[in-house]
Amino acid sequence: MSEIPIMRIGDCLLVSIQVDMHDRLAMALQDDLTQRIVADRARGVMIDISALEIVDSFIGRMLNNIAAMSRVLDAVTVVVGMRPAVAITLVELGMSLSGVRTALNVDKGLAAIRSIVDNPEDEDARQDPDARRKY
Amino acid sequence: MLVESTDTMPVRNSDDVVRVRQAVRARAVAAGFSLVDQTKIITAASEIARNTVDYGGGGTLLIETLREGARRGVRLTFADNGPGIADLALAMTDGHTTGNGLGLGLSGAKRLSNEFAITSTPGQGTKVTLARWK
Amino acid sequence: MPNETNLVAALIEKDRQTLLTGWLDAQKRYGRQRDTTNAAANTEQARQFLDQLRRGAASGQFDTITGSDWAGMRELLEDLSRALVAEGFSPTDTAMFVFSIKEPLFEMLRRELGKDAAKVADLSWAVTRLVDRLGLFTIECYAATREEMIGRQQQELLELSTPVVQLWDGILALPLIGTLDSARTQIVMESLLERIVTSGAEIAIIDITGVPTVDTLVAQHLIKTISAARLMGADCVLSGIRPQIAQTIVHLGLELNVISKATMADALGLALRRTGKVIVDRARLAETRGTDARSNDPDRRAARE
Repeated sequence: MSEIPIMRIGDCLLVSIQVDMHDRLAMALQDDLTQRIVADRARGVMIDISALEIVDSFIGRMLNNIAAMSRVLDAVTVVVGMRPAVAITLVELGMSLSGVRTALNVDKGLAAIRSIVDNPEDEDARQDPDARRKY
Repeated sequence: MLVESTDTMPVRNSDDVVRVRQAVRARAVAAGFSLVDQTKIITAASEIARNTVDYGGGGTLLIETLREGARRGVRLTFADNGPGIADLALAMTDGHTTGNGLGLGLSGAKRLSNEFAITSTPGQGTKVTLARWK
Repeated sequence: MPNETNLVAALIEKDRQTLLTGWLDAQKRYGRQRDTTNAAANTEQARQFLDQLRRGAASGQFDTITGSDWAGMRELLEDLSRALVAEGFSPTDTAMFVFSIKEPLFEMLRRELGKDAAKVADLSWAVTRLVDRLGLFTIECYAATREEMIGRQQQELLELSTPVVQLWDGILALPLIGTLDSARTQIVMESLLERIVTSGAEIAIIDITGVPTVDTLVAQHLIKTISAARLMGADCVLSGIRPQIAQTIVHLGLELNVISKATMADALGLALRRTGKVIVDRARLAETRGTDARSNDPDRRAARE
């Protein structure tokens, strides 16, 4: 059982990453999340990284993995609360996080999940995070 | 250019990687780095520290605070006696985000630093030196 | 020559008071005098200088002052030069402040070792080299302090000249004016991203009407800013693309990968649509709604009364 609590809001799971993560914790979180998505029949996963001052390629890969696994289980993943310094550094680092949707905060994240989950005809949009930019 | 202060620490496991981040943050803050500059050097340190643990079999970190006129800098030297990197040029090219972690770590850390140097001898070890100036 | 330098250290210790008086006197003659309010501090600093000089000389290192034995002296000179900058001293006056100690030092050597002319000459030369190094170090600190001051002022100017404005709920605008160098772009990027967080705006319009040229470097900066905004969960629209800029972008083969509009007005229209807003002509709306709408229209009711 990972030390990071996973909360449920309706049919969404919310994870708030507060601590400096090391490998064991990251693996445990991925395992727990996958199990909870199935157990709670979650349609959305929200990962709040507003407390993270550092996101390196390891954490980036973890986020990508979580998004990929969720997709396989037909759930949408949104990462929220990325700090400006972190965003600037990730761009410089060359990490694109292309498999991951992002939103500014939990409210907007929930709204994003809702609009995707409640519009099943946008099947393509759900599979392709970049499609949301096309208006 | 002066070396104002130095510190060494072990980089042997993932708990050490967390400690490396904390130590580098403390140095960067003391050197008066902006938040973005702090974030960049700590992230670069995290990348190389992970490589040292995952691929180098563990090693050490030497942290130095540098001074040149009014400018302050932080220099990090990671060294290990691991298997070394056979093809440095290849290792320094960008890997995929989900694939070759080693590639992105090195090239990414270089992009985040003002100075970057790496030497490696297969069978003997690897040494990475990076520095960031205020 | 360790023996000789220890001799210098011993002499400084022995003749300390004479040196101090001699130096304070030479300062008056060779350079600008410090304010009377700083006279006491000045004497104290001079005393500490001699202390550190003796310590450093005892270490035997006359040709370099970067070692740990000179750390105390370096720190003292840094503080001193910072004070002199604040008091408005020129670089020359700052230098003369330190160089003027040569006079009392040479007098000390002649006085104590007068019979041995060769030794006096050797030690005078060693002392000269050392004091030169100390004087130059002081000047470098002075220059660094000045640069720091200018840097801070520039920073403040930069921050003042990159305003981010909120055009509507969830829509920010960043009108860029002037050239975009690395330093400027950093500040601009950071203030835009901070504002995105605090305002919760999902769209930022970056207007480059006021940017004279867009080259590869400028484009890179823009792309990085836009990528960072997207990573956070917002998006950007470029506006103010002049025809020449459009040509340059194509010629350079730049892939901006962002929607760009000619005017901010067009960009605002796009941003409003994206955020789910619809702009309606009130009269037209009233017509389609019929008489009820007209009689209930608050403005018209007020006009009638």
